[in-house]
Amino acid sequence: MLDLSDYGNSDFFQILKRRHPELLATLNSSDTTASRNVPEASFRPYEGTTVLAVVYDSGVVMAGDRQATEGYQIGERRIQKVYPVDRHSAIAVAGAAGPCIEMAKLFQVEVEFYEKTEGISLSLEGQANFLSHLVRSNLGLAMQGLIVLPLFAGYDLKRQRGRIFKYDAVGGRYEEDDYHAIGSGGKDARTTLKKRYTPEISRQNALEIVAEALWDAADEDIATGGPDLVRKIFPTLYTVTQEGVTEVPEATVEGLYRDLISRL
Amino acid sequence: MSTPYYVSPEQIRQDKEDFVRRGIAQAKEVVVLEYRDGLLMVAENPRKTTFKISEIYDRIALAAAGRIAEYEILRVAGIRESEVKGFRYYREDVTAKWLTNLYSQHMGAVAQAWDAKPLEIELLVCEVGTTDAPANSELRNNQIYHIAFDGIYSEEEKYAVIGGRATAITEILEQRYTDGLEVAAALQLITDTFRTVEADAEDNYEITPQTIEVTCLEQTVERRKFRRLSTDEVTTLLGF
Repeated sequence: MLDLSDYGNSDFFQILKRRHPELLATLNSSDTTASRNVPEASFRPYEGTTVLAVVYDSGVVMAGDRQATEGYQIGERRIQKVYPVDRHSAIAVAGAAGPCIEMAKLFQVEVEFYEKTEGISLSLEGQANFLSHLVRSNLGLAMQGLIVLPLFAGYDLKRQRGRIFKYDAVGGRYEEDDYHAIGSGGKDARTTLKKRYTPEISRQNALEIVAEALWDAADEDIATGGPDLVRKIFPTLYTVTQEGVTEVPEATVEGLYRDLISRL
Repeated sequence: MSTPYYVSPEQIRQDKEDFVRRGIAQAKEVVVLEYRDGLLMVAENPRKTTFKISEIYDRIALAAAGRIAEYEILRVAGIRESEVKGFRYYREDVTAKWLTNLYSQHMGAVAQAWDAKPLEIELLVCEVGTTDAPANSELRNNQIYHIAFDGIYSEEEKYAVIGGRATAITEILEQRYTDGLEVAAALQLITDTFRTVEADAEDNYEITPQTIEVTCLEQTVERRKFRRLSTDEVTTLLGF
């Protein structure tokens, strides 16, 4: 039966929490005692990542490698870590794969639900703030080792520039002006970006340094996957501009890596 | 204790139906029409933010004639139920048929309640097919459901009309509709139909890009197939 009682509530997360808490089992876990008894070595979630974002002259590039790691094994070779959220924003996730994907999905639904019910898009800053609540609600799982850390980027239509937001495990939200990278290879990627980034960088140059930063991360970090020329698996790159979120075609990404390798 | 007046069930039903018919007779029309790339939905509506046609889910839109406030609450409930279902299972599992049943149940219950006024609205639930499915897949089909105030619904083909002069408009479409129209031709057909019908009723009646609400569900678009056309786009399409 159609329940009309939630009219005026544009917060999908809150509606789920109240009406369908079973759908939020992992994201909203307050039961920390049950899994505390599980020996740590018996259960390893897929994890390990490098995801990053770089602001360029007309927007922002967001990218991530494709590998998920299970202990010392490769868990998945073509996992997706970057997701479009609405027409002007994208989210990348690092941490335990299951809860990561769930958070990205929930966040995307939340933003779309707001847009459809209110008839107007949630502002970029509003989206960034809401994501803090989602990260904080995952604290119980984070304490058990199932951490989810997102990187959020988008094109702010009112301020007419690309913006990047990073988070800590308790939901703290911090803005980065030019670039940022997170995950097990985040530090390596940041080193490359630090050397190669210049303000007002062009789209092409931004794509090049993003490819290079992911290459360096894969080179140094065992849990980050590099371009796989045999299986044709390449990192995912998205650009977010005034015109919208666009995935950089695989052929272009392959071209970036073939150029990079020829210069090594 | 006083004895309540006896009123026959037929009388109650007839009274409610007459009451709603009078309301709907005033309502401006909404037309849904299948064109080459999907479903085109057009309403007479000069307002800029209160809409009669809106996005519910990836392939589904809802259109209404009648009281906008009563429609609004059903619209939001439909979005909520769809998102919950899509989150629980898979986005493709949210269908117009399922949503139509939800609305139908609710509207039927309200219409039958002895202490409630029936909803003075009619709905069209529209679902567009997708072109990236195999040729014989049911995912390719367009669907249109017409729900009356009392929850009774019917499945329509090619086109459907709700609102005061729905019958007159349907009669014209029966003669002029052809399969596979381009979007501009489909829009022209609908606006011509509006003009023909309204010309009998009102003097100085004008249909311009400013007085209509134009939306479409496009088969070729990925995931979110609903789109609201801007006044500029409508102006170009109609060649004003």
